[in-house]
Amino acid sequence: MFFDSFSAFLEMGGHGFYVWLSFGLTGLLIIGNVVHVRMARRNFFREHAQRQTRRKRSGTVPSNSGQNQQHKATEL
Amino acid sequence: MGVLKTLWHKLGSPRWFYDMSRSWSMIFGILAVLLLGAGTLWGLAYAPADYQQGNSFRIMYLHVPTALVAQSSYLMMGIAGVVLLVWRMKLADVLAAAIVPIGFSMTLIALFTGAIWGKPTWGTWWVWDARTTSMLVLLFLFIGVGALRDAITNLETAGRACAVLAIVGMINIPIIKYSVDWWLTLHQTSSFSLVEAPTMPSSMWAPLLLNVLGMYCFLGAVLTSAVRTGILKREQNTAWVNEVVEQELA
Repeated sequence: MFFDSFSAFLEMGGHGFYVWLSFGLTGLLIIGNVVHVRMARRNFFREHAQRQTRRKRSGTVPSNSGQNQQHKATEL
Repeated sequence: MGVLKTLWHKLGSPRWFYDMSRSWSMIFGILAVLLLGAGTLWGLAYAPADYQQGNSFRIMYLHVPTALVAQSSYLMMGIAGVVLLVWRMKLADVLAAAIVPIGFSMTLIALFTGAIWGKPTWGTWWVWDARTTSMLVLLFLFIGVGALRDAITNLETAGRACAVLAIVGMINIPIIKYSVDWWLTLHQTSSFSLVEAPTMPSSMWAPLLLNVLGMYCFLGAVLTSAVRTGILKREQNTAWVNEVVEQELA
Protein backbone atom coordinates (compact mmCIF):
# COMPACT_ATOMS: atom_id res chain seq x y z
CA MET A 1 0.00 0.00 0.00
CA PHE A 2 1.28 3.42 -0.96
CA PHE A 3 -0.53 5.25 1.87
CA ASP A 4 0.39 5.13 5.57
CA SER A 5 -3.17 4.87 6.84
CA PHE A 6 -6.72 4.46 5.63
CA SER A 7 -7.49 8.11 6.34
CA ALA A 8 -4.48 9.12 4.25
CA PHE A 9 -5.88 6.89 1.48
CA LEU A 10 -9.22 8.71 1.68
CA GLU A 11 -7.52 12.09 1.78
CA MET A 12 -5.33 11.42 -1.27
CA GLY A 13 -2.90 14.13 -0.19
CA GLY A 14 -5.53 16.82 -0.49
CA HIS A 15 -6.88 15.51 -3.80
CA GLY A 16 -9.47 13.20 -2.22
CA PHE A 17 -12.45 15.22 -3.46
CA TYR A 18 -11.30 15.07 -7.11
CA VAL A 19 -10.25 11.44 -7.08
CA TRP A 20 -13.36 10.11 -5.30
CA LEU A 21 -15.72 12.30 -7.31
CA SER A 22 -14.20 10.85 -10.52
CA PHE A 23 -14.47 7.26 -9.34
CA GLY A 24 -17.97 7.83 -7.94
CA LEU A 25 -19.37 9.33 -11.14
CA THR A 26 -17.74 6.63 -13.25
CA GLY A 27 -19.15 3.92 -10.99
CA LEU A 28 -22.65 5.39 -11.31
CA LEU A 29 -22.50 5.54 -15.11
CA ILE A 30 -21.10 2.00 -15.33
CA ILE A 31 -23.86 0.63 -13.10
CA GLY A 32 -26.39 2.68 -15.07
CA ASN A 33 -25.31 0.99 -18.30
CA VAL A 34 -25.55 -2.49 -16.78
CA VAL A 35 -29.03 -1.74 -15.43
CA HIS A 36 -30.07 -0.27 -18.80
CA VAL A 37 -29.17 -3.34 -20.89
CA ARG A 38 -30.63 -5.73 -18.32
CA MET A 39 -33.92 -3.83 -18.13
CA ALA A 40 -34.12 -3.67 -21.92
CA ARG A 41 -33.81 -7.45 -22.09
CA ARG A 42 -36.32 -8.05 -19.30
CA ASN A 43 -38.80 -5.59 -20.82
CA PHE A 44 -38.57 -7.29 -24.20
CA PHE A 45 -39.37 -10.69 -22.72
CA ARG A 46 -42.31 -9.30 -20.74
CA GLU A 47 -43.76 -7.41 -23.68
CA HIS A 48 -43.22 -10.32 -26.05
CA ALA A 49 -45.05 -12.69 -23.71
CA GLN A 50 -47.97 -10.24 -23.63
CA ARG A 51 -47.98 -10.02 -27.44
CA GLN A 52 -47.98 -13.80 -27.66
CA THR A 53 -50.96 -14.10 -25.35
CA ARG A 54 -52.86 -11.60 -27.50
CA ARG A 55 -51.89 -13.43 -30.69
CA LYS A 56 -52.92 -16.81 -29.33
CA ARG A 57 -56.27 -15.34 -28.38
CA SER A 58 -56.80 -14.02 -31.90
CA GLY A 59 -55.24 -17.11 -33.51
CA THR A 60 -52.43 -15.44 -35.43
CA VAL A 61 -49.28 -17.10 -34.14
CA PRO A 62 -46.52 -16.74 -36.76
CA SER A 63 -45.39 -19.96 -38.39
CA ASN A 64 -41.87 -21.07 -39.32
CA SER A 65 -42.34 -19.86 -42.87
CA GLY A 66 -43.42 -16.42 -41.76
CA GLN A 67 -40.01 -14.76 -41.82
CA ASN A 68 -39.99 -11.33 -40.22
CA GLN A 69 -43.11 -9.88 -41.78
CA GLN A 70 -42.31 -6.25 -41.10
CA HIS A 71 -38.85 -5.93 -42.56
CA LYS A 72 -37.64 -8.47 -45.03
CA ALA A 73 -35.11 -8.52 -47.84
CA THR A 74 -32.53 -6.71 -45.74
CA GLU A 75 -30.79 -9.91 -44.72
CA LEU A 76 -27.49 -10.68 -46.41
CA MET B 1 -9.95 -16.98 -46.39
CA GLY B 2 -12.65 -19.62 -46.79
CA VAL B 3 -13.33 -19.63 -43.07
CA LEU B 4 -13.62 -15.84 -43.02
CA LYS B 5 -16.00 -15.88 -45.95
CA THR B 6 -18.22 -18.44 -44.23
CA LEU B 7 -18.17 -16.35 -41.04
CA TRP B 8 -19.09 -13.23 -43.01
CA HIS B 9 -22.08 -14.99 -44.53
CA LYS B 10 -23.14 -16.42 -41.19
CA LEU B 11 -23.05 -12.94 -39.68
CA GLY B 12 -25.86 -12.15 -42.12
CA SER B 13 -28.08 -14.33 -39.96
CA PRO B 14 -29.04 -12.58 -36.72
CA ARG B 15 -30.28 -15.91 -35.40
CA TRP B 16 -26.87 -17.51 -35.85
CA PHE B 17 -25.25 -14.68 -33.93
CA TYR B 18 -27.86 -14.90 -31.17
CA ASP B 19 -27.14 -18.59 -30.64
CA MET B 20 -23.36 -18.03 -30.88
CA SER B 21 -23.15 -15.22 -28.36
CA ARG B 22 -25.14 -16.86 -25.57
CA SER B 23 -22.35 -16.77 -22.99
CA TRP B 24 -20.28 -13.84 -24.30
CA SER B 25 -21.87 -11.26 -22.02
CA MET B 26 -21.10 -13.39 -18.97
CA ILE B 27 -17.49 -14.05 -20.01
CA PHE B 28 -16.80 -10.39 -20.88
CA GLY B 29 -18.58 -9.32 -17.70
CA ILE B 30 -16.49 -11.54 -15.43
CA LEU B 31 -13.26 -10.43 -17.16
CA ALA B 32 -14.32 -6.79 -16.81
CA VAL B 33 -15.00 -7.14 -13.08
CA LEU B 34 -11.66 -8.90 -12.47
CA LEU B 35 -9.56 -6.54 -14.61
CA LEU B 36 -11.24 -3.31 -13.51
CA GLY B 37 -11.29 -4.46 -9.88
CA ALA B 38 -7.58 -5.29 -9.86
CA GLY B 39 -6.55 -2.27 -11.93
CA THR B 40 -8.59 0.18 -9.86
CA LEU B 41 -7.44 -1.19 -6.49
CA TRP B 42 -3.83 -1.21 -7.67
CA GLY B 43 -4.08 2.25 -9.19
CA LEU B 44 -5.83 3.81 -6.21
CA ALA B 45 -3.98 2.25 -3.31
CA TYR B 46 -0.64 0.82 -4.49
CA ALA B 47 0.67 2.87 -7.40
CA PRO B 48 3.09 5.62 -6.31
CA ALA B 49 1.91 9.24 -6.48
CA ASP B 50 3.03 11.39 -9.39
CA TYR B 51 6.02 13.59 -8.53
CA GLN B 52 4.30 16.66 -9.97
CA GLN B 53 0.57 16.04 -9.72
CA GLY B 54 0.47 14.11 -6.46
CA ASN B 55 -2.54 11.81 -6.10
CA SER B 56 -4.85 13.53 -8.58
CA PHE B 57 -3.05 11.62 -11.36
CA ARG B 58 -4.98 8.50 -10.22
CA ILE B 59 -7.93 9.89 -12.19
CA MET B 60 -5.89 8.77 -15.22
CA TYR B 61 -6.92 5.16 -14.45
CA LEU B 62 -10.46 6.07 -15.50
CA HIS B 63 -9.85 8.95 -17.88
CA VAL B 64 -7.57 7.14 -20.33
CA PRO B 65 -9.53 3.85 -20.57
CA THR B 66 -12.90 5.57 -21.03
CA ALA B 67 -11.53 8.02 -23.61
CA LEU B 68 -10.01 5.11 -25.58
CA VAL B 69 -13.19 3.03 -25.42
CA ALA B 70 -15.30 6.07 -26.36
CA GLN B 71 -13.31 6.60 -29.56
CA SER B 72 -13.15 2.89 -30.36
CA SER B 73 -16.89 2.54 -29.97
CA TYR B 74 -17.49 5.48 -32.31
CA LEU B 75 -15.13 3.89 -34.83
CA MET B 76 -17.08 0.62 -34.51
CA MET B 77 -20.31 2.49 -35.15
CA GLY B 78 -18.84 4.08 -38.27
CA ILE B 79 -17.56 0.75 -39.59
CA ALA B 80 -20.93 -0.85 -38.81
CA GLY B 81 -22.46 1.97 -40.87
CA VAL B 82 -20.26 1.11 -43.86
CA VAL B 83 -21.16 -2.58 -43.51
CA LEU B 84 -24.86 -1.70 -43.38
CA LEU B 85 -24.75 0.55 -46.43
CA VAL B 86 -22.55 -1.75 -48.55
CA TRP B 87 -23.73 -5.24 -47.56
CA ARG B 88 -27.14 -4.45 -46.02
CA MET B 89 -26.22 -6.54 -43.01
CA LYS B 90 -28.99 -6.28 -40.40
CA LEU B 91 -26.66 -7.19 -37.55
CA ALA B 92 -24.50 -4.13 -38.31
CA ASP B 93 -27.48 -1.86 -37.77
CA VAL B 94 -28.40 -3.59 -34.51
CA LEU B 95 -24.80 -3.11 -33.37
CA ALA B 96 -24.73 0.55 -34.41
CA ALA B 97 -27.91 1.18 -32.39
CA ALA B 98 -26.48 -0.67 -29.37
CA ILE B 99 -23.27 1.39 -29.39
CA VAL B 100 -24.98 4.79 -28.88
CA PRO B 101 -25.76 4.64 -25.12
CA ILE B 102 -22.48 3.03 -24.06
CA GLY B 103 -20.42 5.23 -26.39
CA PHE B 104 -22.19 8.29 -25.04
CA SER B 105 -21.55 7.18 -21.45
CA MET B 106 -17.85 6.53 -22.06
CA THR B 107 -17.41 9.95 -23.70
CA LEU B 108 -19.27 11.58 -20.81
CA ILE B 109 -17.05 9.83 -18.24
CA ALA B 110 -13.90 10.85 -20.15
CA LEU B 111 -15.11 14.48 -20.19
CA PHE B 112 -16.19 14.42 -16.52
CA THR B 113 -12.97 12.87 -15.25
CA GLY B 114 -10.97 15.21 -17.48
CA ALA B 115 -12.74 18.23 -16.03
CA ILE B 116 -12.29 17.00 -12.47
CA TRP B 117 -8.62 16.23 -13.14
CA GLY B 118 -8.18 19.63 -14.77
CA LYS B 119 -9.27 21.56 -11.68
CA PRO B 120 -6.29 20.69 -9.43
CA THR B 121 -3.86 20.31 -12.36
CA TRP B 122 -4.65 23.19 -14.72
CA GLY B 123 -6.59 25.33 -12.25
CA THR B 124 -9.77 25.17 -14.31
CA TRP B 125 -12.62 22.70 -14.93
CA TRP B 126 -12.76 23.39 -18.63
CA VAL B 127 -10.72 24.92 -21.45
CA TRP B 128 -11.74 25.21 -25.08
CA ASP B 129 -8.60 23.55 -26.35
CA ALA B 130 -8.50 21.17 -29.31
CA ARG B 131 -8.58 17.90 -27.37
CA THR B 132 -11.42 18.79 -24.99
CA THR B 133 -13.46 20.46 -27.73
CA SER B 134 -13.12 17.54 -30.15
CA MET B 135 -14.16 15.15 -27.36
CA LEU B 136 -17.20 17.35 -26.73
CA VAL B 137 -17.97 17.08 -30.46
CA LEU B 138 -17.79 13.28 -30.07
CA LEU B 139 -20.39 13.50 -27.29
CA PHE B 140 -22.65 15.57 -29.56
CA LEU B 141 -22.17 13.07 -32.38
CA PHE B 142 -23.39 10.24 -30.14
CA ILE B 143 -26.37 12.38 -29.07
CA GLY B 144 -27.05 13.28 -32.72
CA VAL B 145 -26.99 9.70 -33.98
CA GLY B 146 -29.23 8.61 -31.11
CA ALA B 147 -31.71 11.43 -31.73
CA LEU B 148 -31.75 10.75 -35.47
CA ARG B 149 -32.66 7.11 -34.88
CA ASP B 150 -35.45 8.09 -32.49
CA ALA B 151 -36.80 10.66 -34.95
CA ILE B 152 -37.33 8.24 -37.86
CA THR B 153 -40.03 5.60 -37.50
CA ASN B 154 -39.09 3.44 -40.46
CA LEU B 155 -36.36 1.08 -39.23
CA GLU B 156 -34.54 0.81 -42.55
CA THR B 157 -34.50 4.55 -43.23
CA ALA B 158 -33.39 5.25 -39.66
CA GLY B 159 -30.57 2.72 -39.93
CA ARG B 160 -29.30 4.18 -43.20
CA ALA B 161 -29.52 7.80 -42.02
CA CYS B 162 -27.64 6.96 -38.81
CA ALA B 163 -25.03 5.07 -40.82
CA VAL B 164 -24.38 8.13 -43.01
CA LEU B 165 -24.14 10.45 -40.01
CA ALA B 166 -21.84 8.02 -38.16
CA ILE B 167 -19.56 7.69 -41.20
CA VAL B 168 -19.35 11.47 -41.74
CA GLY B 169 -18.61 11.92 -38.04
CA MET B 170 -15.63 9.55 -38.24
CA ILE B 171 -13.59 12.53 -39.44
CA ASN B 172 -13.58 13.60 -35.78
CA ILE B 173 -11.62 10.53 -34.63
CA PRO B 174 -8.22 11.43 -36.19
CA ILE B 175 -8.87 15.02 -35.11
CA ILE B 176 -9.19 13.87 -31.48
CA LYS B 177 -6.12 11.66 -31.81
CA TYR B 178 -3.80 14.24 -33.35
CA SER B 179 -5.32 17.35 -31.70
CA VAL B 180 -2.55 17.42 -29.10
CA ASP B 181 0.10 17.37 -31.83
CA TRP B 182 -1.53 19.68 -34.37
CA TRP B 183 -2.51 22.44 -31.97
CA LEU B 184 -0.89 23.95 -28.93
CA THR B 185 -3.13 22.50 -26.23
CA LEU B 186 -3.24 22.52 -22.47
CA HIS B 187 -3.93 18.81 -22.73
CA GLN B 188 -0.73 16.81 -22.61
CA THR B 189 0.41 14.66 -25.51
CA SER B 190 0.17 10.90 -25.26
CA SER B 191 2.44 9.34 -22.64
CA PHE B 192 2.36 6.00 -24.41
CA SER B 193 3.51 4.76 -27.76
CA LEU B 194 3.36 1.35 -29.38
CA VAL B 195 6.98 1.57 -30.50
CA GLU B 196 8.70 3.08 -27.46
CA ALA B 197 9.12 1.91 -23.87
CA PRO B 198 6.87 3.82 -21.45
CA THR B 199 8.51 6.67 -19.55
CA MET B 200 6.59 5.97 -16.36
CA PRO B 201 7.43 3.07 -14.01
CA SER B 202 5.58 -0.23 -14.45
CA SER B 203 3.90 0.20 -11.05
CA MET B 204 2.15 3.20 -12.64
CA TRP B 205 1.32 1.90 -16.12
CA ALA B 206 0.45 -1.70 -15.26
CA PRO B 207 -2.81 -0.75 -13.45
CA LEU B 208 -3.65 1.47 -16.41
CA LEU B 209 -3.18 -1.44 -18.80
CA LEU B 210 -5.49 -3.59 -16.63
CA ASN B 211 -8.16 -0.89 -16.61
CA VAL B 212 -7.90 -0.33 -20.37
CA LEU B 213 -8.38 -4.05 -21.02
CA GLY B 214 -11.13 -4.18 -18.39
CA MET B 215 -12.98 -1.25 -19.93
CA TYR B 216 -12.89 -2.94 -23.35
CA CYS B 217 -14.29 -6.12 -21.77
CA PHE B 218 -17.02 -4.02 -20.15
CA LEU B 219 -17.84 -2.59 -23.58
CA GLY B 220 -17.95 -6.16 -24.92
CA ALA B 221 -20.32 -7.29 -22.16
CA VAL B 222 -22.72 -4.37 -22.55
CA LEU B 223 -22.68 -4.49 -26.35
CA THR B 224 -23.28 -8.24 -26.54
CA SER B 225 -26.26 -7.96 -24.24
CA ALA B 226 -27.69 -4.94 -26.06
CA VAL B 227 -27.16 -6.51 -29.49
CA ARG B 228 -28.88 -9.75 -28.41
CA THR B 229 -31.91 -7.82 -27.18
CA GLY B 230 -31.82 -5.75 -30.36
CA ILE B 231 -31.89 -8.90 -32.49
CA LEU B 232 -34.90 -10.27 -30.62
CA LYS B 233 -36.72 -6.96 -31.12
CA ARG B 234 -36.01 -6.83 -34.86
CA GLU B 235 -37.00 -10.47 -35.32
CA GLN B 236 -39.93 -10.47 -32.92
CA ASN B 237 -42.35 -11.69 -35.57
CA THR B 238 -40.42 -14.84 -36.34
CA ALA B 239 -41.01 -18.31 -34.97
CA TRP B 240 -37.46 -18.70 -33.69
CA VAL B 241 -37.81 -15.68 -31.38
CA ASN B 242 -41.03 -17.16 -30.02
CA GLU B 243 -39.16 -20.37 -29.29
CA VAL B 244 -36.32 -18.50 -27.60
CA VAL B 245 -38.75 -16.53 -25.43
CA GLU B 246 -40.72 -19.63 -24.50
CA GLN B 247 -37.55 -21.52 -23.61
CA GLU B 248 -36.15 -18.75 -21.47
CA LEU B 249 -39.41 -18.03 -19.69
CA ALA B 250 -40.02 -21.74 -18.98
